[in-house]
Amino acid sequence: MATKVTAKNIYKIFGDDTDPAFELLKNGRSKAEILAETSHTVGVNDASFDVAEGEIFVVMGLSGSGKSTLVRMINGLIAPTRGEILIDGTDVASCPAETLRQVRREKVAMVFQHFALFPHKTVVDNVAYGLKVKGMAVAERREKALAALAQVGLDTYADSYPDELSGGMQQRVGLARGLAAEPEILLMDEPFSALDPLIRRDMQEELLVLQRTLKKTIIFITHDLNEALILGDKIAIMKDGRFVQVGTAQEIVGSPADDYVAAFTQDIDRSRVFSVDSIAMDPAPIELGSDTIGDALARMEDLGRDALFATENGSVTGIATYRALAAASRRNKNEDIRTVLRRDFETIAADAELHALYEKSTTGLPVGVVDAEGTLVGVVEPQAIFAQLVRGESEAAAAADKRVTPA
Amino acid sequence: MFSPSDLFEIPFGDWIDAGVKDWLVPNFRPLFRSMQVPISWVLDGLDAFLNAMPMLLFAAILTLIAWRTAGRGVAIFTALALVFLDLIGVWSQTMTTLAMIVTAVFFCALIGIPLGILGARNDRFMSVLRPILDIMQTIPPFVYLVPIVMLFGVGTVPGVIATIIFALPPIIRLTNLGIRGVRSDLVEAAYAFGSTPRQVLWEVQFPLALRTIMAGLNQTLMMALSMAVIAALIGAGGLGLTVNTGLGRLDVGTAMEGGVGIVILAIILDRITQSFAERKSVKTPSLLATFKSYFSPAGRTASAPADKPAPSAR
Repeated sequence: MATKVTAKNIYKIFGDDTDPAFELLKNGRSKAEILAETSHTVGVNDASFDVAEGEIFVVMGLSGSGKSTLVRMINGLIAPTRGEILIDGTDVASCPAETLRQVRREKVAMVFQHFALFPHKTVVDNVAYGLKVKGMAVAERREKALAALAQVGLDTYADSYPDELSGGMQQRVGLARGLAAEPEILLMDEPFSALDPLIRRDMQEELLVLQRTLKKTIIFITHDLNEALILGDKIAIMKDGRFVQVGTAQEIVGSPADDYVAAFTQDIDRSRVFSVDSIAMDPAPIELGSDTIGDALARMEDLGRDALFATENGSVTGIATYRALAAASRRNKNEDIRTVLRRDFETIAADAELHALYEKSTTGLPVGVVDAEGTLVGVVEPQAIFAQLVRGESEAAAAADKRVTPA
Repeated sequence: MFSPSDLFEIPFGDWIDAGVKDWLVPNFRPLFRSMQVPISWVLDGLDAFLNAMPMLLFAAILTLIAWRTAGRGVAIFTALALVFLDLIGVWSQTMTTLAMIVTAVFFCALIGIPLGILGARNDRFMSVLRPILDIMQTIPPFVYLVPIVMLFGVGTVPGVIATIIFALPPIIRLTNLGIRGVRSDLVEAAYAFGSTPRQVLWEVQFPLALRTIMAGLNQTLMMALSMAVIAALIGAGGLGLTVNTGLGRLDVGTAMEGGVGIVILAIILDRITQSFAERKSVKTPSLLATFKSYFSPAGRTASAPADKPAPSAR
């Protein structure tokens, strides 16, 4: 996929004379030391990233980590002290004001934490604002604004004022305002942080639904790692203006780069981050017709498993437990395996999240992992689920211990 | 006891005197004279118009404006008070004072709002402007009456000019305050969608600052009214002249007639302009409609929310 936004070694230092502070920063001094010495604040420290077209890039960090500064540099609201930011090859950090305005009008829209809706304009006029400053005619921009409002389900509120809507509805208007100008890039600065948890959840899902059809390039800022994991195709963790780790949700949670990241992942619901294939094992199925009871029992003992799936011509027909097979073999070594197969087996898609396995593994039997055609590609033993959930807990606990113990 | 003035004294007064008399007046008198042309044009037109209008017609118009902007109570007061002013025989002076005040406020807004906007957008300009405003607000008006007479002569127009100097600071300060007080994330949002600075000003900052600017206009109006008597010292007519005449003759009755006229005018104009500032100006789609809304009946706006389900308190 084509790269839409590229940031190359960008720095932001707030203050009048940034050069001495920049030198100190280059020499590896910390943000706190530089503030004490030069009274200049380091906002962003050497951040580089690429965002591919149609990707959701989430920047996660606590307040003061520089994430809001970072997102404002992408549309030039804040100019970086050093470095360049390319949007389709245009460097917004150094281009003239008129070019920057064109980029903002045509390519990059923004959604704000506290909605930033204009209180003196109606909902539809708010949504049409970006079109108005472009100089679009009244009728045309109203039509486009209504279409954008319809996307977020608020077209019936077009002529209300923002303060007549609830917080969740106001942010939908904010989102519609971002979408109305049909930008290619959407910057979202903690858009759901000011909302109630339930509404936040709805909005996250709605954004994902919209994204499936819109395929915008989204740069999403949040302080909530859970939100980052739900939304992000790629996640950057920021601390003191620096990217600590950049990776997918599974990479961040599965192998945190340092204790700081590990501390965040501690409270994460890992069952919603990892997919089934992360814990699937070789299915080693019993081939009906070719394998005998003796073969099956021997393989179970080799693999240390209590049950194996049985397949016939590639499709799953049932599951055989060690106990049933052993009893059958005592009766008659040559009995057909089909007579002892259990048919109440469960299967799951390989890309499903772990939590979907909970209900399917209540029988205690392994769950079959199948691909889109229904072919058995793996099995999940119930205990493997717990092993995966617990792995992070112990790592994070170890990291937490290290933090409290003085070095 | 020793004091620095034992060694030498600074002839500060002489310097100022020489500066004004020998340099400013001979060199710039024609310039200042030409500056008063637009003021005298507006003032004379307004004065002639107000004095030519039948008393009852004007009273009816002002009552109507009061009713539509400030409500029924103020309208009734306006009607009764205007009739009272006619009955005590100061109607013509009231109209002259009104013409002076409206002219002064008009020019204050014309000068002050752009200066306030400029000050809000440029910190350096504001840091120069602020001490000048401080001086304008604290210096006693009597101090600048003499140079004004030297530069502009005697009469109603110089009186209006003195009034403008006295009443200008609040509108500048509150315009500056209003523009600066617009939520920064709204300004940021406007820029983020590709607005030019001019679009940010007219689409977002000015409409949202309008209530504060109107409060400044109200302050300016009140200060202009309080200058009516002082302006009369340099030959301005109207109610101020009535007060001064009464003062000169130790005629309590005449002075009180002028004083009551000023007070009544102040109350009416204050209530009307205050309703501009208090009006929920945020609920309007455009600047034009914002101004229009000032002239829709107060009763109608108050009952408007009942048409819709009341928004939950937030």
